[in-house]
Amino acid sequence: MPKAAVTRRSLLISGGAVLATGGSGLLVPARAKGLAPTPSMRGGANNYRAGAPIVDRIGGGGFWMTGTVRRAGDGVPLAGQRIQIWAHTTEGHERDPHSHGATLTDGNGVFRLEMPQIVPAFGQPHGHLAYDSEEFETVFLRPVMRRSSDTTLEAHFVLQPA
Amino acid sequence: MIPARRILTWLAVAVAVVVPVALAATSPLLQWRDPVYIAAGFAGIGAMALLLLQPLLAGGVLPGMRPIQNRRWHRRVGVLIILATAVHVAGLWMTSPPDVVDALLFRSPTPFSVWGVLAMWALLGAALLAGLRRRLRWRWRIWRLAHTSLAIVVVTGSVVHALRIEGTMETWSKAVLCGLVLAATARTMIALRIWAVGPVQPKE
Repeated sequence: MPKAAVTRRSLLISGGAVLATGGSGLLVPARAKGLAPTPSMRGGANNYRAGAPIVDRIGGGGFWMTGTVRRAGDGVPLAGQRIQIWAHTTEGHERDPHSHGATLTDGNGVFRLEMPQIVPAFGQPHGHLAYDSEEFETVFLRPVMRRSSDTTLEAHFVLQPA
Repeated sequence: MIPARRILTWLAVAVAVVVPVALAATSPLLQWRDPVYIAAGFAGIGAMALLLLQPLLAGGVLPGMRPIQNRRWHRRVGVLIILATAVHVAGLWMTSPPDVVDALLFRSPTPFSVWGVLAMWALLGAALLAGLRRRLRWRWRIWRLAHTSLAIVVVTGSVVHALRIEGTMETWSKAVLCGLVLAATARTMIALRIWAVGPVQPKE
């Protein structure tokens, strides 16, 4: 009787082992081939206004949007990348031009932009971020705050060269 | 029914409908919304509150109402719910068109939109059945089963939609209203035995 190369038992054992090591973080499948690019989120581009100006702060501030920008593949932090940010805040709706602003990443690929407090709109307290410049492919993110009382929100970009 | 009980029943219904709307009117979120967005939200809340009346009218449990009055008011409240839903969707669309387009196309990132859109289509279906009842010439009980099946989708969809939203409704009053709508719907469906589509049994 021919033996199956993969029996149910061996599949369960090896599959379980992969899940266990992968789940513990020991197995990082993307590292060898490289860090995978961040896909755009559903609804991320909603109410986007291209070309938001680089600002020191959106409105009166009091809330911090933070995050990092890295290159897909080798994960190198990307400096000087323009990230556009907008949200429904205490100072305006998502569509309002004054709710939009942009900032640049520092030498470590980190960005931080102060903005007014985000408040729940359309059922969820959420923000929008965009990378939409030439060098890399466009990515739109829409992170949701865990609690509407939070005063920070973070989002991370891994960009694919265009 | 004795007058005191009659008054208490109506009072309870009025409280159940008015309190959630009144508490939503005190929401801090309102100060950061423009009038169109506020109107859209309250149209949704109003529709949810009116939804409580529909099974009560259909079941004929409200004191002092004759069957023909129940039927007329069920129809009127149904029209009001449709108008409120239209204002809800239109107002949200004016506030943020892409979010509403995403919801209508079932590709929204928010898990509650799909329930709201589902409830909206079921609502239109139930209304269409009501409008075409005579022309359809279905057997009464078959028609009623179809209408109430759509009503179940309206109620379930609206309740899940409302509960999962972080909006202007106060959490507890929203939960109680949703519970009452579900309970009233279940009670009427059971009392009317809507699943019984066979020939009418003579009453003993």
